[in-house]
Amino acid sequence: MIMTNEKLIRKRNRAEKRFRAYGVLSLLAAGSVLLFLIYTIVSSGYSAFFRASMLLDVQLDAALMDVAPPYTQDVLLQGRYGTVVKQALYAQFPDVVARKDRRDLARMLSPGAEQSVRDYLIDHPDRIGSRISLEVPLSSDFDQLYKGYLPRSGDYVRFNEAQLQWYDRLQQEGRIHYRFNTQFLFGGDSRYPELAGIGGAVMGSLFALLVCFLLAFPLGIAAATYLEEFARDNHLTRIIEANINNLAAVPSVIFGLLGLAIFLNVFGLPRSTPLVGGMVLSLMTLPTIIIATRASIRAVSPGIRTAALGMGASPVQVVFHHVLPAAMPGTLTGTIIGLAQALGETAPLLMIGMVAFIADIPSTPLDASAALPVQIFLWAESAERGFVEKTSAAIMVIMAFLILMNLLAVIIRSKTQSKVE
Amino acid sequence: MTFILLLLVFTVLPLSAGMLGWRRANAPVFLQGRRPRSRAVYHGSYMALWCVIPMLLVALGWLVVEPFFIRPAVLQVLHSVANQAVGHSAFQYLEIRNIAAGVLPEANASEAIMRAVERYKSLSQSASVVFSLLFLVAGSLGFYHAYKKLAVDFPAREQVEKFVRIFLLVSSMVAILATLSIVLALVVEALRFFKHIPLLDFLLGMKWSPQVAIRADQVGSSGAFGAIPLFVGTLLIALIAMLVAVPVGLFSAIYLSEYARPTVRTIAKPMLEILAGIPTVVYGFFAALTVAPLIVKASASVGLQASSESALAAGLVMGVMIIPFISSLSDDVINAVPTSLRFGSLAMGATRSETIRKVLLPAALPGIMGAILLAVSRAIGETMIVVMAAGLAANLTANPLESVTTVTAQIVTILVGDQEFDSPKTLSAFALGLTLFCVTLTLNFLALKIVRHYAERYD
Repeated sequence: MIMTNEKLIRKRNRAEKRFRAYGVLSLLAAGSVLLFLIYTIVSSGYSAFFRASMLLDVQLDAALMDVAPPYTQDVLLQGRYGTVVKQALYAQFPDVVARKDRRDLARMLSPGAEQSVRDYLIDHPDRIGSRISLEVPLSSDFDQLYKGYLPRSGDYVRFNEAQLQWYDRLQQEGRIHYRFNTQFLFGGDSRYPELAGIGGAVMGSLFALLVCFLLAFPLGIAAATYLEEFARDNHLTRIIEANINNLAAVPSVIFGLLGLAIFLNVFGLPRSTPLVGGMVLSLMTLPTIIIATRASIRAVSPGIRTAALGMGASPVQVVFHHVLPAAMPGTLTGTIIGLAQALGETAPLLMIGMVAFIADIPSTPLDASAALPVQIFLWAESAERGFVEKTSAAIMVIMAFLILMNLLAVIIRSKTQSKVE
Repeated sequence: MTFILLLLVFTVLPLSAGMLGWRRANAPVFLQGRRPRSRAVYHGSYMALWCVIPMLLVALGWLVVEPFFIRPAVLQVLHSVANQAVGHSAFQYLEIRNIAAGVLPEANASEAIMRAVERYKSLSQSASVVFSLLFLVAGSLGFYHAYKKLAVDFPAREQVEKFVRIFLLVSSMVAILATLSIVLALVVEALRFFKHIPLLDFLLGMKWSPQVAIRADQVGSSGAFGAIPLFVGTLLIALIAMLVAVPVGLFSAIYLSEYARPTVRTIAKPMLEILAGIPTVVYGFFAALTVAPLIVKASASVGLQASSESALAAGLVMGVMIIPFISSLSDDVINAVPTSLRFGSLAMGATRSETIRKVLLPAALPGIMGAILLAVSRAIGETMIVVMAAGLAANLTANPLESVTTVTAQIVTILVGDQEFDSPKTLSAFALGLTLFCVTLTLNFLALKIVRHYAERYD
């Protein structure tokens, strides 16, 4: 009898341990997936912040570049720089003469090489006619070769023998440089991975978030104030509350359908713009802001309210002069978290056409533009090898923004907590 | 140009009206030695509001009314010239507007379209004159009205506060407006879809291939709109996701609330929050680029063939995404179980795991069911992961290693890129959207009902 009891206890203790282990395992599983995800992104993405380029001695011949004085920016933007770049490259390899070989040689450079010459001239128009040494980007394949993503030999090799020899010679001569790629952070999108940047997408996202904030923040506070302070317990109030909860639960694609059918087709607002994107996102952020604001209004001590009323303030004055300022930290925290969610939303922006290929950086919310998460989607769907690292790097950028926003929310929350205590 | 001028009026007029009201309310001539009933600020605000609101109302009214005047006139020109009934009028109208705005090139537009563009331009020009006049008149009338009202004993504060209350009410109705416009957009377009394809064919059809023949003699693009393969694909992926998320999320929540030391909690809670905060595109990229190849390799090693875009990859990653959702919801539910139940069980000699399994979980079960329902509704509505990792082939299969497609993935693929309006293909996205909306709404409603019912039991 005693034996069985001890057996039972042992069995129960084993069950207890097993149960506990399941919990630890679950947490470990979630944690390791997270670490694995972060590792994959960072390890494949950090190299996109750098770019391999080649030092080229360019003879800046005005006639070959098809420019004539005065060398204003407009004139220089119209110039053709392909010939001077190619000549510089051929001069580098005087032994390459066959047409086919020269074509292979030219393929080592990115089409961005011409832009580099143009941008240099716009900054230094006085150098026309002289000979300069300029770093120009390598083509994506050679950039990837430098970073070790593409094999030198094998079934899927993308280079021929001659190109590899030229590449090795350049490297021996110290003409291949590996520099921080500012074009990636500040430039617009491009069909060529080595030239593609997320600057346009970041601006598009910022404009969309600005529109979203301008709409959702006042509306959210107003709605929350009404529901907490002025609403009577009637049918209308209950319908409003049900609708807010409902909005919070609607899948994001549906908001995209709304944007497409109402904002674009009925109101005829311009497609692909951060304005419409922000309007759609504001509807998704609204419930978050309303719920956060209501919670923080409820947390304002009733003493403040009664004291203000006792001093003769009207109900509206009590709310706007005392309750809302006291509730502001909570409201701001909720708003930042809502905006962080909006920053990561992709599907609704796809529906309103923010997927179009746009190389320009938008300067107003009315310019067609991409957005950061959409840019990630676009690059992820691109077949070229060079876009894989760009996608991961863009993810690192969006995650950096999200972490910053959440830190801001945490700081606001902790500051006000210490004040209350 | 006109727009910028009007915008200028819209900002300057109320500002100057406000200043005027404020200064007048402070002027000795106005006060005549008496104390004003409202402070000067309210007189100013009153003036400003009476300028802003009439102008705003005119602008909003115009936005609604304008299309009804210009659009039929423009389309009538189009039809009388070309006598064409091809294409959807909304789409043609959009094209006309875009050409007029210079967004689309004039070069490849037909003559009929160009005539319509001309008409549109002249009409919108006169319309903008009428609008500007109305706008200015509304603003100045408001100004005049408010100015007349100002007096020492005028209750400006009460008036302004009345307006503020109305503004608050209207703001909170935006949520209703949003829901209404979602329903309206979905229902209107879906009804047009059901004119082409009967409802039952859509809901019960076994074949989905939304390509519609552009020419009548085209082969192999008859178009089939049976949504069953999409529903099955959606449910398959949601099921896989739940198989991952429910046990992991539930055990995480139990461990964190019942066993974990504070140090573990300070690490694990933010970790779950990070998992919840990762954008879905990132999960999609991870699923397509990392998880899917792993699954292909793993299944090849046991002799199975997995598609490079598989339901399993999308489902697993979606499960990871939903873990924090389940764990935070069930955490709330478990903590809501009265402590008396817990202490009672422990006092009877039950171990902690026995208390959890036999007392806490049964008591929290309805709440956990509600949480799972909410999570299912999340999984069904999730878009980016399936778009990027599950594929587009509408296979009717229960094999998780094959590629399937979902309702959301189809909505996105149909509507991204060039759309021909009024084609059943484009409209089918709205029908799918309506189905999705109804299903998620029902799930959420059920979940809330269960949770609420359960909450009442212990209150």
